[in-house]
Amino acid sequence: MTTRAERRAALLNQLPLWLGLVFLWMLLWGSFSWLNLVTGAVLASLVSVVFYLPAVQLSGRINPARTLGFLLRLLGDIVRASVQVAWLALRPFRRPAGPDSAIIAVPLRTRSDLILTWTAVATSIVPGSIVVDTDRVSSTLYLHVLGVRTHAQIDHFRASVLATERRIVGAFGSREDLERLALGDTVAAVAAATGAAAGDVSRASARDGDDRDRRNPDDPGEEA
Amino acid sequence: MTDVIGDVVTAVLVLSAALMCLAAGVGLLRFPDVLSRLHAATKPQIFGLIAVTADVAVNNFTLGTVTLSVAIVAFQALTAPMAAHLIARVAHDTDRFRPELLIVDELGRANRRGDRGA
Repeated sequence: MTTRAERRAALLNQLPLWLGLVFLWMLLWGSFSWLNLVTGAVLASLVSVVFYLPAVQLSGRINPARTLGFLLRLLGDIVRASVQVAWLALRPFRRPAGPDSAIIAVPLRTRSDLILTWTAVATSIVPGSIVVDTDRVSSTLYLHVLGVRTHAQIDHFRASVLATERRIVGAFGSREDLERLALGDTVAAVAAATGAAAGDVSRASARDGDDRDRRNPDDPGEEA
Repeated sequence: MTDVIGDVVTAVLVLSAALMCLAAGVGLLRFPDVLSRLHAATKPQIFGLIAVTADVAVNNFTLGTVTLSVAIVAFQALTAPMAAHLIARVAHDTDRFRPELLIVDELGRANRRGDRGA
């Protein structure tokens, strides 16, 4: 049974997505008229009802300045990635022998599907990586990285993915995720100061509240 | 004078777009395995597409073309990684890649350990 308050919360959660659909419709027509607004609203409602999927859990938090910063940085990364891969493709000499790529696991700290997806897409279009697989339960991305030859380069790359996650969480992640990142930092700092294995401890602490946020209140399967 | 600037901008954008798409094509042929080729298939062409649509938007500067350009780029940027991801996963799961090109394969390791759910 869903109460009235829950239904209202679910509707409110859907509202930004619905507005996004209406906006997209007007974007595709390329004109912002009343007719487009009305037909867009009707179509958006129709699409939400007919193509029903478990609702995306929005974080309810957005930082416009950081979002802009993230998008600009993303654009810069796309250009850099393209030039880098184009150079690898067009360089006149033969590819040096030996392994020059890797598939690495990057355990993210977020527990939000939305942030996981954004990070996956963002790392796919930044230099050097594509997503091979994801593990939703542990929020782990498995990435194929091009142009790495040493383990130091791999560690460097892993750090850059975590930095991307940090930018995204800072832009529109939930408060829990922000706290989780801050907690991970504190634990890592303490561990580094006491000389313990920083990575293991912070990872364990990030795992703490694992699957709890995963359950979807709108999942129709749970109502029975 | 503004004509010259406009021409230069157009030339730079269109030529860099063409170069990027050429690089993507060459990369598809020259890169050694499926996973590497996916890099060529997704990245340079996104930049090429951005450059071409930016040129269209600059030359026909109306609200309609600008918004449409933004929509085209946004969807391409969202869908290309998804397509690449699907192909990469299938390629990895069916062993259609060259392990000797990898310095580590942590996905294969995790699968062997069996600590990943289906």
